[in-house]
Amino acid sequence: MLSVSDVDVRYGRARVLHGVSLEVPTGSLVCLMGRNGVGKTTLLKTTMGLLRPAAGRVELEGEDITGLPTHQRVRRGMAFVPQGHVSFPQLTVWENLQVTLEATSHRQASAVEEALAVFPTLRPLFKRPAGFLSGGQRQQLAIARALITRPRLLLLDEPTEGVQPSVIDEIELAVRRLHRQAGLTVLLVEQYLDLALRLADSFVVLDAGRVAHAGPVAELHDESVRRLLSV
Amino acid sequence: MAALANQLPIGLSIAAVLLLIALGLTFTFGQMGVVNMAHGEFIMVGAYTAYLLQGAVGGQSLLVALPVAFAVAGLLGLLLEWSLIRRFYGRPLDTLLLTWGVSLVLQQLARDVFGAPNVQVTAPAWLVGGVDVLGVRLPHNRVFITALAALCVLGVGLYLAKLPQGRRMRAVVQNRELAACSGIATGRVDRSTFLLGSGLAGVAGVALTLVGPVGPGLGTFYIVDAFLVVVAGGLGRLRGAVLAALALGFLNGYLEFWTDASLAKVLVFVAVIAFLQIRPQGMVALRGRSLG
Repeated sequence: MLSVSDVDVRYGRARVLHGVSLEVPTGSLVCLMGRNGVGKTTLLKTTMGLLRPAAGRVELEGEDITGLPTHQRVRRGMAFVPQGHVSFPQLTVWENLQVTLEATSHRQASAVEEALAVFPTLRPLFKRPAGFLSGGQRQQLAIARALITRPRLLLLDEPTEGVQPSVIDEIELAVRRLHRQAGLTVLLVEQYLDLALRLADSFVVLDAGRVAHAGPVAELHDESVRRLLSV
Repeated sequence: MAALANQLPIGLSIAAVLLLIALGLTFTFGQMGVVNMAHGEFIMVGAYTAYLLQGAVGGQSLLVALPVAFAVAGLLGLLLEWSLIRRFYGRPLDTLLLTWGVSLVLQQLARDVFGAPNVQVTAPAWLVGGVDVLGVRLPHNRVFITALAALCVLGVGLYLAKLPQGRRMRAVVQNRELAACSGIATGRVDRSTFLLGSGLAGVAGVALTLVGPVGPGLGTFYIVDAFLVVVAGGLGRLRGAVLAALALGFLNGYLEFWTDASLAKVLVFVAVIAFLQIRPQGMVALRGRSLG
């Protein structure tokens, strides 16, 4: 589904990613791991077109999308939930969902209903500005917004970070269902090892802007891999 | 007391003019962060559009001029955004110099085409004269400008609150990256924001032909006031712009009455600076947990 090859990314003169390659096969759930500041978010943003790589290619189902603007990647079936439960703070919950629906190519209102079926707690909050929701509620809104685009590939950047435990369970359940039942392909950035073990098929560990290890999820128990993740 | 009451409509009509000239700037400067020095020249373009149409259409040209000026100034703004400004987002000093340069070019262009002396737009017959309300004399043209300002604010408010295009615009302003991730073509939204902001400047230009002569320097005369309103109201806040225009309008009206026109302008300027020392975010600030 997604193939990233030999990607270099720089912020000014600082090089953040060095020749990173990554495969996300159709129907898989790949977990991207690593300590803080190793380039996980940078890799997701590059995949989504929010950052331009200095070198390398990004392909979606065989098509070279390296130079494609972000909104056209969304039209091709990619969705991204950024880190930190981001929303449009002055738009109401309903407007947050509606503005996304209006930007899709399918424009089917049923997509909103499907997203609300995953997170029913959002419905009573419709008239509230998103900026007034709790972190967990905003994260559910963020995932719901991504689902409205009817993605085939979902990129999630630390969806459980700074979210209350009860909501973490709901988000885990939602991701599991979307992956197992709806067949959604997922690339997940997650620091929480237990969650990665429960959800992922395979994993990739970044260290200092390079791929340090990649393999099936069982290898997460290896001592050498654990050392890459310990702080 | 009667004199004080007499100043009320004058203050209101000054406020209406301020609001009209600042409304477009709340989009290009307030929402998009472009220190748009060419805004004044889009006002001038609107005014000259009214002047040209008066020759071509005659009698009711003013009503024709409003939509035409919106289109002409709007398309010019769109062209400016597409050709130059979009390459300079996030660089306020560069856009300041850039738009200032554009403003000088447009002024010279007007001088070359229409000549340096001012020209006059004759108001239609139904705008000449006035009406007495409770002993206060209201000139027709002032009533018209006030109604036009109210109509523009109402239209813009509805556009932002109810229409999909307005929703998209607010989304892009609040979080550009997230808007792109939601599938919104942010570049296209930027262009339509500029079209709207510049078009409103054109409408303001038509209105200004009712209260004074039209010249190549028309925009420079109003640009500072427009920025004052936007900054005092709170960047990009429609409600803030309305409040600031009303406050500055009445302040200006009464100070002019007690002192004289130029001293009033100075005092208003001092008042705005003092106000911004106390409340740098302007009258209406953003609320909510994250400003994202």
